[in-house]
Amino acid sequence: MKLLNQSLKYLSVSILFILSLWAVVFYFNLLREMKESVDEGLENYKRQIIYNAQTDSTLLTKKEFDEGLFTIFEISKTEAEQTKDRYLDTLMYMQDADDEQPELEPVRMLSTAFEAKGQYYELAIINSMVEEGDLIEELLWDALWLYLILVLSIVVINKFVLQRLWKPFYNFLGQLKSYRLGTSNNLPDAKTQIREFQDLQVAVNALLQHTLETYEQQNQFIGNASHELQTPLAIATNKLELLIEKGELKNNQAESIAEVMQLIARLVRLNKSLLLLTKIENKQFLNNQPVSLNEIIRQTVSDMEDIAEFTEVEISLDETANVTARMDGSLANMVISNLLGNAIFHNIPNGRVKITISENTVRIANSGKSEPLDAEKIFTRFYKSESLSSGTGLGLAIVKAVCGLYGHTVSYRFEEDFHCFELKFGGS
Amino acid sequence: MRIIPGNIKGTGMESYSLKHSIRPIYKITKTEGRTSPKISIPNSFPNSIPTFEAMKILIVEDEPELLKTLADSLTKENFVIESAVDFHSASEKLAVYEYDCILLDIMLPGGSGLRLLEELKLGGRSGNVIIISAKDSLDDKLQGLELGADDYLIKPFHIAELNARVKAVLRRNKLEGKNAIEMSNIVLDLKERLFLVDNQIVSLNRKEFDILNYFLFNKNRLVSKNALAEHVWGDHIDQSDNFDFIYYQIKNLRKKLQLAGAAIEIEAIYGIGYKLIEK
Repeated sequence: MKLLNQSLKYLSVSILFILSLWAVVFYFNLLREMKESVDEGLENYKRQIIYNAQTDSTLLTKKEFDEGLFTIFEISKTEAEQTKDRYLDTLMYMQDADDEQPELEPVRMLSTAFEAKGQYYELAIINSMVEEGDLIEELLWDALWLYLILVLSIVVINKFVLQRLWKPFYNFLGQLKSYRLGTSNNLPDAKTQIREFQDLQVAVNALLQHTLETYEQQNQFIGNASHELQTPLAIATNKLELLIEKGELKNNQAESIAEVMQLIARLVRLNKSLLLLTKIENKQFLNNQPVSLNEIIRQTVSDMEDIAEFTEVEISLDETANVTARMDGSLANMVISNLLGNAIFHNIPNGRVKITISENTVRIANSGKSEPLDAEKIFTRFYKSESLSSGTGLGLAIVKAVCGLYGHTVSYRFEEDFHCFELKFGGS
Repeated sequence: MRIIPGNIKGTGMESYSLKHSIRPIYKITKTEGRTSPKISIPNSFPNSIPTFEAMKILIVEDEPELLKTLADSLTKENFVIESAVDFHSASEKLAVYEYDCILLDIMLPGGSGLRLLEELKLGGRSGNVIIISAKDSLDDKLQGLELGADDYLIKPFHIAELNARVKAVLRRNKLEGKNAIEMSNIVLDLKERLFLVDNQIVSLNRKEFDILNYFLFNKNRLVSKNALAEHVWGDHIDQSDNFDFIYYQIKNLRKKLQLAGAAIEIEAIYGIGYKLIEK
């Protein structure tokens, strides 16, 4: 959930709560105020009636609430003495201007007792009150409107003000998302005056810088280490070759030496592959030019024909388009020969390798083990499907790295018992 | 092919001796002077190519062990080997003597091998240099070749590969285009890519030709399967150390040699590699 929406959620919930509380308190306050005000009016009216009653005796016989909204009954002295001013809420049939027939309406009634010309009377005065239901309804609607207007304003403010405030953050985030270690040249930078965002940028960039240094050191280390290994490996190989040449060895001794030589050869291959990977990652291949994949594939196929023949694998090539990519020629060669080599070596006797070249796509499919490889892992370094394989486990990692360097993609699928590697060229 | 048997004592030059060299010190006799030995073309074989014996090679390499093995191996080919282990001694030697071939490491104590190459180029003598570098760097390679180096060999390499490269350089520089290897009753014409036995053309496919060529450059020497695979099939045969397919090619080649009655033979050595010998 976006921050804006999240804040909106919290704000609207809390505003709803506050507003409801406020509405309840407001309602009771209002009701109290209204009653007080009505009571004052009744009190005034009472005095006026009592005063008038002293002179106008007709008033003393008013038994019905009609125009005057009061009644006067005669009572005994003792009753009168016990009567105090009493306000009460009650209901009464009344007909308002907007009512078609009389209906029960809430009224405020003041009952009291007074003396006029030696007689005691009970006086009841009423005043119509606002209907509480109406009031609540009215208030509810008002509160609801207020609530809606508040939420709406918050949405608008969020949209225009907060979004503007957060703009540098999203800008920075966008840059961070597209940042690639070792590929992007500049650290993400969003211009902002806001302290928090500046702090965030400084912290993130410090972290990135550190990661970058570690990454470069790691690359450099692999490069240097492989590099330093070259000379000792060269000496070891050459010394063993000279030793064998002397020809004074027994067969079993020579066999042991042959085994050691194979191991060294494997080390050399491994080392070369590591150096190559480091070079690809350090972008040390700048000899980029339009390369015809068709030509490279035809060349590689003819180079490997005898190997395929020996391993009894049939290679078929189907070209329906010309694929050209702008890249280093030797890397293009490497990609194709690695894929084709894998297809031939990880095959079965009387197996097949099908190469298809179509628009921007090269597909190399081979028969082999009838279970799919782990598409996630095969392109990682040192992944080997067969633990016995003496390959370096770097061939496909190199393919992937080269593709990554030029923005091409390589993918693996297992289709109809064929292992398919598909290269997609970005078109150039 | 003319063979100078065994050693090169008769040439008047001191050969490199293995036994005494803990630290490799290679000397050259004063009498040798500045000139390189003349190529000897035996009169009895008017069409034959010169042999490389008695040619002088300077190895500039700071790693003593590697220097020793390279010197050992090239001595077996009857070359005269001199060596330098740093920039200054190399520079001095190059200023005073002429060499038929120079193996030059780039990273040297005291300075870059590329600077030595520049000096050679100024003197117009950079054409016979093979750079041997641990660095597979395109920049260095381009720069080296621009400065006139003939070849660029990346460590680690097989001895057979070094032999082939050195001989190729010597051929290019000494033969002015004429390029054929003759031995017993066979001729391998590198320019026309023809193989003749008793003056009869024997057809070889591309790989077979390359294999034979490689063996002829490494006559009587061990050519390991690894070296052969890398040379003939390229660097990309990384997938497997199962080099059985080489055996298959060699078998075909042997058959052709035998059928044509060639007086050369490819011997298997301990299952590690092969050796080409004259019958």
